[in-house]
Amino acid sequence: MKIGYFPGCSLDFSAKEFDTSLQAVATSAGMELEEIKDWACCGATSGHATNHLLSIALPARTLALAEEQELERVVAPCAACYSRLATARHEMAEDKKLFSKVTGILKRDFTNSVQVMNIAELLRDNLPAIKEKVTHPLKDLKVACYYGCLLVRPPKVTGFDDTEDPSSMEEVCRAAGATPVKWNKRLDCCGGGFSLSRTGSVIRLGKEILEDAQAAGAQAVVVACPMCHSNLDLRQKAIAEQTAKPLEMPILFITQLVGLAMGISEQILGLNRHFVSAQPIIAKATVKALPAAREEA
Amino acid sequence: MSRIGVFVCHCGENIGRTVDCAAVAQACGELPGVVHSIDYKYMCSDPGQALVKQAVAEHKLDGVVVAACSPHMHEKTFRKTVANAGINRFLCEMANVREHCSWIHEDREEATQKAIDLTRFIVEKIKHNVPLEPIKIPVTRRALVIGGGIAGIQAALDIADGGCEVVLVEKEPSIGGHMSQLSETFPTLDCSQCILTPRMVEVYQHPRIKLMAYAEVDKVEGYIGNFTVTVRQKARGVNASLCNGCGECQKVCPNKKIASEFDAGLGKRPAIYVPFPQAVPNIPVIDRANCALYKGRARNAKKDACKKCEEVCGRKAIDFDQQDTFLTEKVGAIVVATGYQLYNIKKEQDKEAISGYGEYGYGTIPDVIDGLQFERLASASGPTGGKILRPSDGKEPKTVVFLQCIGSRDPAKGIDYCSKICCMYIAKHTMLYHHKVHGGQAIVFFMDIRAGGKGYDEFTRRAIEENDALYVRGRVSKMYRDGDVIKVLGFDTLSGEPMHIDADMVVLATAMRPQPGIESLAQKLSVSYDRFGFINEAHPKLRPVETNTAGVYVAGACQAPRDIPDAVAMASATASKILGLFSASELEREPLVAQVDQGTCAGCFHCVRVCPYGAVEHFEVKDRKGNLIKTVAQVNKGVCQGCGTCQANCPSKSVELQGFTDQQIFAAINAF
Amino acid sequence: MAAKTSTDKASFKPRIAAFVCNWCTYTGADLAGTSRLQMAPNVRIIRLPCTGRIDPLFIIKAFERGADGVIVSGCHPADCHYTSGNYHARRRFAVARDVFGFMGIDPKRITFSWVSASEGGKWAEVVNDTTARVQELGPFSAYREMEARV
Repeated sequence: MKIGYFPGCSLDFSAKEFDTSLQAVATSAGMELEEIKDWACCGATSGHATNHLLSIALPARTLALAEEQELERVVAPCAACYSRLATARHEMAEDKKLFSKVTGILKRDFTNSVQVMNIAELLRDNLPAIKEKVTHPLKDLKVACYYGCLLVRPPKVTGFDDTEDPSSMEEVCRAAGATPVKWNKRLDCCGGGFSLSRTGSVIRLGKEILEDAQAAGAQAVVVACPMCHSNLDLRQKAIAEQTAKPLEMPILFITQLVGLAMGISEQILGLNRHFVSAQPIIAKATVKALPAAREEA
Repeated sequence: MSRIGVFVCHCGENIGRTVDCAAVAQACGELPGVVHSIDYKYMCSDPGQALVKQAVAEHKLDGVVVAACSPHMHEKTFRKTVANAGINRFLCEMANVREHCSWIHEDREEATQKAIDLTRFIVEKIKHNVPLEPIKIPVTRRALVIGGGIAGIQAALDIADGGCEVVLVEKEPSIGGHMSQLSETFPTLDCSQCILTPRMVEVYQHPRIKLMAYAEVDKVEGYIGNFTVTVRQKARGVNASLCNGCGECQKVCPNKKIASEFDAGLGKRPAIYVPFPQAVPNIPVIDRANCALYKGRARNAKKDACKKCEEVCGRKAIDFDQQDTFLTEKVGAIVVATGYQLYNIKKEQDKEAISGYGEYGYGTIPDVIDGLQFERLASASGPTGGKILRPSDGKEPKTVVFLQCIGSRDPAKGIDYCSKICCMYIAKHTMLYHHKVHGGQAIVFFMDIRAGGKGYDEFTRRAIEENDALYVRGRVSKMYRDGDVIKVLGFDTLSGEPMHIDADMVVLATAMRPQPGIESLAQKLSVSYDRFGFINEAHPKLRPVETNTAGVYVAGACQAPRDIPDAVAMASATASKILGLFSASELEREPLVAQVDQGTCAGCFHCVRVCPYGAVEHFEVKDRKGNLIKTVAQVNKGVCQGCGTCQANCPSKSVELQGFTDQQIFAAINAF
Repeated sequence: MAAKTSTDKASFKPRIAAFVCNWCTYTGADLAGTSRLQMAPNVRIIRLPCTGRIDPLFIIKAFERGADGVIVSGCHPADCHYTSGNYHARRRFAVARDVFGFMGIDPKRITFSWVSASEGGKWAEVVNDTTARVQELGPFSAYREMEARV
């Protein structure tokens, strides 16, 4: 079945590797992604901080376009995009007046029927297909699954996993052969949009998160949000100035981890684009290849 | 032909101002069957009523219609008047031309026309009214109390002291309920056991109380004054009439590692046990799930594994083959006093609407305990002998964080209500902790301090001002174990600062919930309950201890979160209600109940399915020789409350609600 | 009933029958009275113990006898004096709605509402809204026309 694809601005540029790895994994696992034509910004941060109606109408337009493309489900890999799209959908479903106001603005035939999924949900729901394509299981790799703040919250809007004790990312990692560790900070905030305005706070939060992951024995942190990725990856140099020795914690998108287990090449997965080298992880994947060779990367 | 009198009231100016009362009287006077029609300034006054009385006699009226205020106001008054005048009171009806007409309209012409219409409907209806006599029901002057906690104990004692017999059913092996688990009680800090155990003994020794511990209500039949209750006496494995409570069996039982329910899981007990030393009755129970003999028998073992208790029992009281027995009790009234359980924060919940606390690790962190567990730690009879020691390693906790409103007041967890007692018992806990652990710091996270009650606010202030408890207004967002300590991340909303506390122990004031199984008990009793399972009272203000089923009363925490004084007050109130009910040998009820025409009833029993009260029964129609002709529906007049749902559902129109028969209603509609 | 024969909408005065339960809506209407809430004078209340007692035939009969609209109102769900009578009523009228259509009665002429004993204001709204709606729909004449043909 076709799944609508809403890359959002991050996946179009700063997190290009999230986009390429997702596309590769989707193709391999037989998921057909169809990009929503003429999609617009989801309105994260600036939109919903300034005007409520705008914050609903912007994602609603994208959802309306998806409906016109006859898509029943849309995946928004960025946690912020997902949150905006899902929130808009939820609020319009709950509030008939708001819905008619928005349709008035859109001037489109819109029924608000499109389901919004995030990346963890998409992968978890396609676990059997993914498992089938895993040729390089990441044995002995201990990963810390980091959900951040938006992926599973708020419960009324997301609802695909337990808000306070989620397990979907762990399930996906297990399917890729990796071992998720138990740790305490997987639902904490990384500082999100304050990366540039309050860098100090973001560094402190990132340090706490990464130190906890390391204490739990994780060799890599797996994320499902471009914002989390950049805060944890990009800021490790600054974090290192406050720690006895650099943490050197590779931060991987969950699609990159799955892609590695599928034997997809590191160039396609964009693993070279990270500030902290993912080389030790890549090594694990290539060494542990299953006897049954893959046909293509 | 009917002889109806119409009496139109001006209500001073209240009706007369907008309704032309004389015109109404005149118009109604022309209706067929109306032989007398007048208007008067104040119908409800003595002269007004005298007019009615006089007219009944003079015109030989067989129906009286008073067009005046709402029947909720004066129907009783006028029915009494006509009864005094010598006709059946159900031959009097009111047309509401004040609340439903003169007060809500300004146009005199419209209002007058409406008043005529409304009166005409009633005139047409009353032509089909028939005399009805109050229903008389005999009363069994004996009460059943379900639940032997403080509420049930109080109710049983008050009823028994009032001279009536009581059957007290408790599902646990001993009465005493949660109160017996408490250390001290707020706001006086008197020892819970010290004030409770004498009452438990009083129950045991009372000549008019029949105590059935380790028993459950299985079936309830009948109605107010005439209930037949089947009680299942669960098999103790011990012959209660032989046992003298010496306790030797408990000493020899080899399996002593079972988590004690009485100690909230913090202490251990053997497989044959009395829950606590002061238990009433002091007769042990064999826990069949944990006894080696029963476990062996369940596996079809050839030989019984262990009979140590039987061997040591000098009275030969152990009876491994004892079975559950069913006893039937006849009672006239029932008190539901089944109490509460504490909400747990686990992921798995017994109800879909309720969810646990993932942010606190779903209860997987050791040293995070609930309020009852803290009570057991603080109790001199508890597993630690009254020392505050944390469960994981037995160390004395130097920092204890208390969290209020766990589950309570949180719609996201499915428990919207306030549990009422937590503010008080947490304040008490901080005091007990301060007295017992010198140099320890108690930190309380609260949403509001709700200390309404005599001496309650003074008590919480004492905790803060004299016992050094640190009260933080805010919530805890997350808790996790970090080595030896519990990291508690909270937020102080008054200073606006996040708080990170390294706690040695955390006490959760978890919400009060009704006992498991309350719904099925409520269904057996036909009483309604809210979405949380609390029993609904008949009226939240004016009938707080009655239920919607006549003869069934409610006391204590099964109705809503209650503290001890509340529960006791409710219990005494139910006792007073029941003693009032029992003061007469017969009950009188309004005869507005449903009646089945057994000639036309086809026995489809739709009525049985829709009746909210279970008032419709099967009745076998037999010929003279006793051969069954057909089975039809029959309404139990003692149980029927007169809603008429059965009538609207009856396909053959064989059931009629007295006072609102089809004939009466259609007559009114035909007058439209 | 002179107004009924007039086809002029402005002079048409709708006649509306209200079947209400004794405990919630009747008492709510009493409250509207004690609060002196002015409302359209077109509604005539027929009191029943519970909405559970209301037979759909009452409604059809009312239309047959010249009503232009009907209101059915009782206790809010979960607030029924008799625990569940209103639930039975709700189910019954969910089904009966289709029957009314089949019988030539526009469902818009029938209002179902929950009005509690404390909602005097809501009762006034229900009365005014229904009156306005029926006013707009015009007289219910289908049955009389049928009778005239027979």
